[in-house]
Amino acid sequence: MTCTEFLALLDDLIDDSVTPETRAELQQHLRGCDHCEVTLSTTRKTIEIYRSHEIYDLPADLRERLHAAIMARCKKGC
Amino acid sequence: MATIQSIAGELEPHPDVALVERVRGGDVSAYDELVRKYDRQIFRIAQHITQNREDAEDVMQDAFLKAYEKLDQFQGNSKFYTWLVRIAVNESLMRLRKRRTGKMVSIDEDIETEEGSVPRDLADWAPDPEQNYGQAELAEILRKTIQGLPPGFRIVFVLRDVEGLSTEETAETLGLSIPAVKSRLLRARLQLRERLSRYFRRKKGAKK
Repeated sequence: MTCTEFLALLDDLIDDSVTPETRAELQQHLRGCDHCEVTLSTTRKTIEIYRSHEIYDLPADLRERLHAAIMARCKKGC
Repeated sequence: MATIQSIAGELEPHPDVALVERVRGGDVSAYDELVRKYDRQIFRIAQHITQNREDAEDVMQDAFLKAYEKLDQFQGNSKFYTWLVRIAVNESLMRLRKRRTGKMVSIDEDIETEEGSVPRDLADWAPDPEQNYGQAELAEILRKTIQGLPPGFRIVFVLRDVEGLSTEETAETLGLSIPAVKSRLLRARLQLRERLSRYFRRKKGAKK
């Protein structure tokens, strides 16, 4: 397997949607390729960081204000 | 109302189905529950697309109001959340277009860039690299980095990886094909990785 072929399957590997045979091939490639190993681990980390850090927080007071505005209009039938 | 149940078939109906039915029956408090359940996600998605706080506030209100008005059109063959996200994405794109009058803003445009197709920065990252930054500083880095992505990549990454929609749901929400979602997701992930490397790579001289 070449690095380009590995890269084409990177998302499927990360999303755990590869067959056991393909997974074995990918893992075999990884054992001999530091570049792809780094690409895989840092791409996983990228996703994990974005998933676990709230970068656009909705402050409680704003949330309550928006919520009240929405519900007031819904009660009036919009 | 019976349609929702019959489409869901043998599967256990999603808890939102009962809430939606209560709202249709005139129980506004059930809508209150739905708003509280999803407001953070909708606000976040709107911010990611519009990149503007005031627009995101407006989108959040308008999306929930529109969903309430159109609840009769909700068929129940998709999740309520996915349906709501679709409304919020459309509202966000409309705001973005208004703000950038004259400039085309579309998630359909094909983005001619090869950046991220082949990783160039192959330096490994420090272990737990985010711990080298304070919370506010890290949030700023993450915001700046994701804002640099083309909108069509950014939206796919946010829906798929941050908000946890499936590839199929993301495709349905954005009106894109599944291969288009997959291709954008890969490029978005690789571009973000490449850009974050600037902050997270091992310092020179540090041994692996």
